[in-house]
Amino acid sequence: MQQALEGSQAIAKTVAQCRPQVVAAYPITPQTHIVENISKLIADGVLDCEMVSVESEFSAASVVLGAVAAGSRSYTATSSQGLLLMAEVLYNIAGMRLPMVLTCANRAVSAPISIWNDHQDSMAVRDAGWIQLYCSSNQEAVDTTVQAFRISERTELPVMVCVDGFTLTHTLEIIDLPEQKQVDAFLPSFHFSRTLDPQQPITLGTLVTPDYFTEIRHAHHRAMLKAADEIVAADKDWQAISGRASGGLIREEGAKHADTAILAIGSVLGTLREAMAQYEGEKIKLLTLRCFRPFPEDELRRMCKGVKKLIVLERALSPGAGGIIGAEVRAALSRMAQPPEVYNYAAGLGGRDMPLDLLERILKASSKPARDAFSIFDVQLQKLPAGER
Amino acid sequence: MIEIRIHGRGGQGNVVAAYLLAIAASDSGLQCQAFPAFGAERRGAPVVAFVRIAEVPISRRNQVLHPAYLIIQDQTLLHEPGLTDGLLPGGAILLNSTRSSDEMSKQLGKPTVTLPATAMALETVSKDVPNVPLLSAFLTLTGLLPHKSLVHALEQRFKGEVLEKNKQLVELAADRVPAGLWKEDRLAASA
Amino acid sequence: MTTPSETIEIKDIERLRAIEPRFRGLESGHRACQGCGEALGARLVLQAAGPDVVVANATGCLEVFSTPWPQSAWRVPWIHSVFENAAAVASGIEAALKAQGRQSKVLAFGGDGGTFDIGFQAVSGMLERNHNVLYVCFDNEAYMNTGIQRSSSTPHAARTTTSPPGKARMGKRHLKKDLVSIIAAHHVPYAASTSVAYPADLRKKVRRAIDIEGPTFLLVHCPCPLGWGHDGALTIEIARLAVQTGLFPIIELERGEVTEVMPLHKPRPVVDYLKTQGRFRHLFSDDPRALEEREHLQALADHNISTYGLAIDHADPLDSEEADTVRRGGLVS
Repeated sequence: MQQALEGSQAIAKTVAQCRPQVVAAYPITPQTHIVENISKLIADGVLDCEMVSVESEFSAASVVLGAVAAGSRSYTATSSQGLLLMAEVLYNIAGMRLPMVLTCANRAVSAPISIWNDHQDSMAVRDAGWIQLYCSSNQEAVDTTVQAFRISERTELPVMVCVDGFTLTHTLEIIDLPEQKQVDAFLPSFHFSRTLDPQQPITLGTLVTPDYFTEIRHAHHRAMLKAADEIVAADKDWQAISGRASGGLIREEGAKHADTAILAIGSVLGTLREAMAQYEGEKIKLLTLRCFRPFPEDELRRMCKGVKKLIVLERALSPGAGGIIGAEVRAALSRMAQPPEVYNYAAGLGGRDMPLDLLERILKASSKPARDAFSIFDVQLQKLPAGER
Repeated sequence: MIEIRIHGRGGQGNVVAAYLLAIAASDSGLQCQAFPAFGAERRGAPVVAFVRIAEVPISRRNQVLHPAYLIIQDQTLLHEPGLTDGLLPGGAILLNSTRSSDEMSKQLGKPTVTLPATAMALETVSKDVPNVPLLSAFLTLTGLLPHKSLVHALEQRFKGEVLEKNKQLVELAADRVPAGLWKEDRLAASA
Repeated sequence: MTTPSETIEIKDIERLRAIEPRFRGLESGHRACQGCGEALGARLVLQAAGPDVVVANATGCLEVFSTPWPQSAWRVPWIHSVFENAAAVASGIEAALKAQGRQSKVLAFGGDGGTFDIGFQAVSGMLERNHNVLYVCFDNEAYMNTGIQRSSSTPHAARTTTSPPGKARMGKRHLKKDLVSIIAAHHVPYAASTSVAYPADLRKKVRRAIDIEGPTFLLVHCPCPLGWGHDGALTIEIARLAVQTGLFPIIELERGEVTEVMPLHKPRPVVDYLKTQGRFRHLFSDDPRALEEREHLQALADHNISTYGLAIDHADPLDSEEADTVRRGGLVS
């Protein structure tokens, strides 16, 4: 049903429709509206769920870990500092192959402290072994949340749904909320084989010696790679029920035989998409990277065949190295016979607004050979003392 | 697409105003988008929110740099530098003020309509929240949406006596400004 | 009054006190809401503590409203790291100063979120290791900076956005965590509760704590007009009512034993306090659960009065300030 809703509110309603039995909540801007909305649904008797208001995000992650291990569909949401505080437990959840969904309302990471949107937080935990899906609109956030529970439960891998903090969570727009019966048709009741049950006692989280560790890691890596199929299937199956596609692994839009492509993730795609209108008829296309983990190498190489120039625009960086997505893209493309030339920029750090003319400026900047493999596109050097520029 | 920027102070319902206008637009079958310029706000601090209304789905998500209209919820904000920056040529300002439209148009150098929204709100709902009278007046001036859309939006957020009083406020403010003064085919214009 | 252009040697404490008896450690111009109890609390603490301190501050309102880059309201050395580690950072600073033979006193500041909840572990560790740090918790009873969510310090039945009243619930389900007892169990040399409604008491306790070499703890009750739902002009009056009802007892402990209390000659009924705040408004509806909760809160207050021996059958002769009345304008109504 189409409604004008704030992003967080829509996400909270959708989570409720997925019938979690346990939700752990700890406040952090800009995710807080999600857990507040869930609290209200519980207080009003709409959602029957154990809401555990924990004392820190570390405990929030630990609570959902315990809840899933005990056999309940569980959910939590966080951002930035909270995600990092959970980090130890995130690795633990993934390593134990526990299915759950976490919404990360993407926010910059301190220091300096910032409450505004960038992707440093979820990028910081990209190696934790979680599936990471990035949403470019609130509609995608809602649809991806539903899909996430199924993907997670079928692959026995936890799923992080990344939604730009403020830019999406606090934006009110028209969203088509799923109906309960649609969600019920798509998402069966929670089933997980390795639960803690006195009737069939099992031991979880054991010490593993060098004799077995490698094999367990291999199995995890392989499961992550295979999850790509499940991610594509979930998108297709949900589209059949809801009528809406969410972008699979990578969405391609624009010229069919483009020689220039721009790859980006998150809400900036909305602005880039509109800016693309002025390049109608030109050989440019837009690539929306939705699935970052597992990294869709094959799909990326397929979409870059014949592309001469690929611009990777991201909202995070690894200080001392450069772009994070850029580095992974370059690695994937190095296996092509004729890979495109890659230009890698970061912009919008710490919530800096990404204006409509960004696309034009990026295309202009990449019309000449890049001096550096990576640069922060919108840095205003005059704000810094001379020695630091 | 029409882009609107709403300036207020924390506690005056700045974000709520943006959301109400957007919800009213969706009630009328239009596409909408509303969000605050995200500051760490406290009561009294200057805050800004943005609204976009269009007939087709809205894709861009950047902050509104070139609004067609400004709604200013607090005239003390006029001291802020750059408050009216970016207003499109031919754009107009709705200002919560007890001074006259002519006087403020001259002072701001841009077409301005004033409304004593605070006094109206205090009288009707006993709270200093000028956004409902301002939104109602905005709809009268632009003819953008029917007032009943605004009422439907209010029904989603309020109930009981508070809702009834707010509905009265919508009616009260609707007649206080010249109808259709800013009516033009602005939906076709884009920033 | 010193002007910023004058340089005063910090060692010259006595002269400094004579020139500016109340040190302005937190300068005006910060971005707190009107009537902010925490801003008042921090100002009073630094007035009494003086300039020779180093402050480690947890994430929260105080840190956010006082340090918007490139400005700062702090006239003392001050560091903010993350939400949960103020006590741990303070421990580190203390260790370094000790190693360097420096005398400055280390203060750790945290809200109730950063002290009762996410920073609890670090507080306990700091107290257990006996660091020479004064930890001050500015208790406004919820996560205010993120928009009013419940913490373990939120009083029972209070409304917050994560403990909203509704069909299934009447506000916060659980009781306010008895942090003072937990601190007491660490057997620190000195711990106390105080309130921004009693500035002389607060400043006296700060000076006492600072003079002690070892871990000390102050719990400062700070109303939050926005979060509690009251006019900013009523902050002091409401803080005073919290004390006068017995809901927020003012006590001092040494090595785990209660040594002093602020007695209540005529305790006020809790409803006098509850009715002043929007966060308790649902306790005054016709809902039968509302009466139950009011009685529950009264029982909690009565329990405090009995536990800490706050009842006194005559006006307190030590109460020279007549702290439980308002000097100008008579009794709090």
